[in-house]
Amino acid sequence: MSDLHFKTISELAAMLAAGETTSVEITQAVIDRTAAVDAQVKAFLSTDAEDALAQAKASDERRAAGKALGPLDGIPIGIKDTLAVKDQPLRCASKMLENYVSPFDATCIVKLREAGAVIWGRLNMDEFAMGSSTENSAYQTTANPWDLETIPGGSSGGSAAAMAAGEAIATLGTDTGGSIRQPAALCGVVGMKPTYGLISRYGLVAFASSLDQVGPFARTVEDAAILMEAMLGKDDLDSTSIAPQGETNYAAALKEKKGPWKLGVPQEFFGEGIDPEVKANIEKAIDWYKSQGCEIVDISLPHSELAVPVYYIVATAEASSNLARFDGVRYSHRSEEAKDAMALFTKSRGEGFGDEVKRRIILGTYVLSSGYYDAYYLRAQKVRRLILGDFEKAFEQVDAILTPTSPTPAFKRGERADDPLAMYLSDVYTISVNLAGLPAISVPSGFTESGLPIGLQVIGKAFGEADMFAVANAFEKAHDYAQQTPKL
Amino acid sequence: MQYEAVIGLEIHVQIKTRTKMFTAAPYEYGAAPNTLTDAVVLGLPGTLPVLNHTAIEKCAKLGLMLGCEIAEVCKWDRKNYFYPDSPKNYQLTQNEEPLCIGGKVEIELPGPSRNVEGEHRWVALNRIHLEEDPGKLTHEAFETVIDFNRAGVPLAEIVTEPDMSSSTEAVAFLNCLRNMIVYAGISDCDMEKGQMRCDANVSLRPVGSDKLGTRTEMKNLNSISNVKAAIEYEIERQTEILEEGGSITQETRRWDVESGTSFSLRSKEEAHDYRYFPDPDLMPVQMDRARVAELEAELPERPLDKQRRYQEELGLPFTITSVLCVDRELSEFFEEALKTHNAPKQIANYITNDLLRELSAVSEHGESAHSVGQSKLTPAHIATLAKIIDEGVISKQIGKEVFTEMFATGEMPDAIVEKKGLKQSNDTGEIEALCREAIAGNAKAVGQYKDGNEKALNALKGPVMKATKGKANPAMLDQLLKKLIDEGE
Repeated sequence: MSDLHFKTISELAAMLAAGETTSVEITQAVIDRTAAVDAQVKAFLSTDAEDALAQAKASDERRAAGKALGPLDGIPIGIKDTLAVKDQPLRCASKMLENYVSPFDATCIVKLREAGAVIWGRLNMDEFAMGSSTENSAYQTTANPWDLETIPGGSSGGSAAAMAAGEAIATLGTDTGGSIRQPAALCGVVGMKPTYGLISRYGLVAFASSLDQVGPFARTVEDAAILMEAMLGKDDLDSTSIAPQGETNYAAALKEKKGPWKLGVPQEFFGEGIDPEVKANIEKAIDWYKSQGCEIVDISLPHSELAVPVYYIVATAEASSNLARFDGVRYSHRSEEAKDAMALFTKSRGEGFGDEVKRRIILGTYVLSSGYYDAYYLRAQKVRRLILGDFEKAFEQVDAILTPTSPTPAFKRGERADDPLAMYLSDVYTISVNLAGLPAISVPSGFTESGLPIGLQVIGKAFGEADMFAVANAFEKAHDYAQQTPKL
Repeated sequence: MQYEAVIGLEIHVQIKTRTKMFTAAPYEYGAAPNTLTDAVVLGLPGTLPVLNHTAIEKCAKLGLMLGCEIAEVCKWDRKNYFYPDSPKNYQLTQNEEPLCIGGKVEIELPGPSRNVEGEHRWVALNRIHLEEDPGKLTHEAFETVIDFNRAGVPLAEIVTEPDMSSSTEAVAFLNCLRNMIVYAGISDCDMEKGQMRCDANVSLRPVGSDKLGTRTEMKNLNSISNVKAAIEYEIERQTEILEEGGSITQETRRWDVESGTSFSLRSKEEAHDYRYFPDPDLMPVQMDRARVAELEAELPERPLDKQRRYQEELGLPFTITSVLCVDRELSEFFEEALKTHNAPKQIANYITNDLLRELSAVSEHGESAHSVGQSKLTPAHIATLAKIIDEGVISKQIGKEVFTEMFATGEMPDAIVEKKGLKQSNDTGEIEALCREAIAGNAKAVGQYKDGNEKALNALKGPVMKATKGKANPAMLDQLLKKLIDEGE
């Protein structure tokens, strides 16, 4: 059986159902592929082949007993290092949690296990999910499989690169400002961020609680839909999780004929800073929708230019508090130098956190400080509501919004490492979606002349995942970008 | 210049719930260190808080008991500060929108003597909010150890207005507050167990001025006597500074029990910037008005209201009501007994004298403090005893014997009387014969009685009682003796 590791969930589910392969065979193919290519890609921080094969064996036994659980049963899924998996390291790519092993499963992991999935490996990321290139990992720099000299995007760079390189059938990431969609675009795979609250955050190590969401990376829109169905739902352990509304049989709904849609194109997303090749590519994608009978509506999201500054106030404020628990007292890195409690805090944190994390903690501490709170945090929250208002207004006219996912394709390693502001602009098209709590998906929309992937972002209404998937799926099915794989 | 003190208190009360404020980990006092924790309590990566609605309801009940307005919506904020007893290095609390707003507490000041009721007045509250308790640090010789058992226990912070002017008022407030909270079943308020803790804000101003002076905050007041001592010390300290022409520094001070003095912990400049902001993990809590009304209907009668009612409607004296009303269980026992036999004074006397005496005797014999609920006596026992005395079945004297017996065995008083044949003797013939004997045998007492000394009769009653083993009806005996002596003249 060749190239099992590049097949989709739905293909493998059909093969498993027909007895043409086994979970052990699929899992072994993924393990072998990882062994073959990960020295170059460096997507994984750690793997546990024995554990994965044991899960795969259990899946095969279930199936043999006639108790197969559904399309995910036996499918190996890679996990970003910020999601808790029982008895596996949970380091968030930080020295701070170098020796930490989680005693529990995140709710999304529990749900994937209930669906029979094989939980596979720990995927590299920017430290504590802060970054857009995965260069902020304390352990290793992940390469973009399409060009090993370029970055895979971030912060879920390991999850995206592993997909592109065939090191997992699907992966999970987290998206606070674009951390799933941007690396998905840069690595030529599908990446999706759900409506805020649709997937429980329990077991996701918080970066910015009001923005963080778990989401899938997949080879196809359909696979992403299958994963979403398995993970969504109100969770008693997360007060911000919400019972789904509307259509949630996403994968089945994709089989029905849908459209044509009214699609909005915000002019603000095609101005300064966009790479000409990306611009041309997305315009071509928009033309394709028009050719299919969709009505393209020029819309305006006037406050979107404020999204980046608002995001870096809200997200860093929350992060400065969320990351306070890493103090050297209980489970995180403890400095050997400390002689008293205050030194234990400052030295442990000084040693344990990387530069970008420190930068954001300092920024967040500043914006919450007495005398600055109103001018920064409170004001940012007000603008955040205006940004949501822009989207709500736009969605009165349109079914979904089309934008580029990232203003540029993958950039060279180190290129923006010393320029935080340039790095922050990598997420200029994705951040406002998090601030508004909406669902969005990035689908491969072609390549640059030098062969780097480009992604099209489809933004849906709150809980409008079904429509969003349908819009993205129509494009994907009419093109072959998703089937292409990098040469490694 | 004459100064007067202005005192405000902040009281933390642990709310009695089965599980903690934001997780299902259980809590009880005295468990082995770090055994009552879970991933949420320890703030492990990826954990989230989930609200314990019982804590909300109990805090709302506390607010209603103390006359607060219950907010339509309350919200959660993070109070950020680094300290090793705080697992997340932030505390979930209610800064902007607390659950309970305003409120006032009736207090009873000490009277001129123990038997005389003191003045009553009201102390205004600012608010009550809910928060999570941190863990407990214990400083040992060369290391500090942490117990996270207490971390995450629901804590109500009751903030008064600067509405008291002496340590006496503060102590009266704390005692009345504690009674009310215990009454409502919200907390046991045992200060030794940390279930109730107090910080005191003290400032001085010239008598007659309505402008507040610079205040200091005193921490670590873990008993009512500490509160009293610390406030008195602080008033004296500030008075001295002002009289010497100095000014008060706004600061947080720590009371040192050993030395009976306080020292500065941090000045205003060194005060924490807590960087409060709304907690993004918890949703605002909408208070259901119908539920709030239900909670209000469930409230017990406030202790001082009850005391007033007992005095006004039942005619009981302060010496008795002050004992009965301090303890909700005792007062309910009393009211239950009244349903069987409506004799408030007699029953109240049995409860506050005989019953409490026997209970404390049991406690003194090395057993744990006995409450009414733990004794074998029911309200029916006391009521029946009072009833058979009132009906003349037994004398008061015999009643004491019956009480001791029923306290020990739990048998009903009428059964004891029956079994032991203690029924009062109303046999006029037998008693008259004995009276004649007594009169004949004690001419001196008869003489004294004739001279107008009524008490001399007692010397004649003694032998009769002895002969009847106390069963002679005392009233009848009294009448007979008088009659026989008068006839004999």
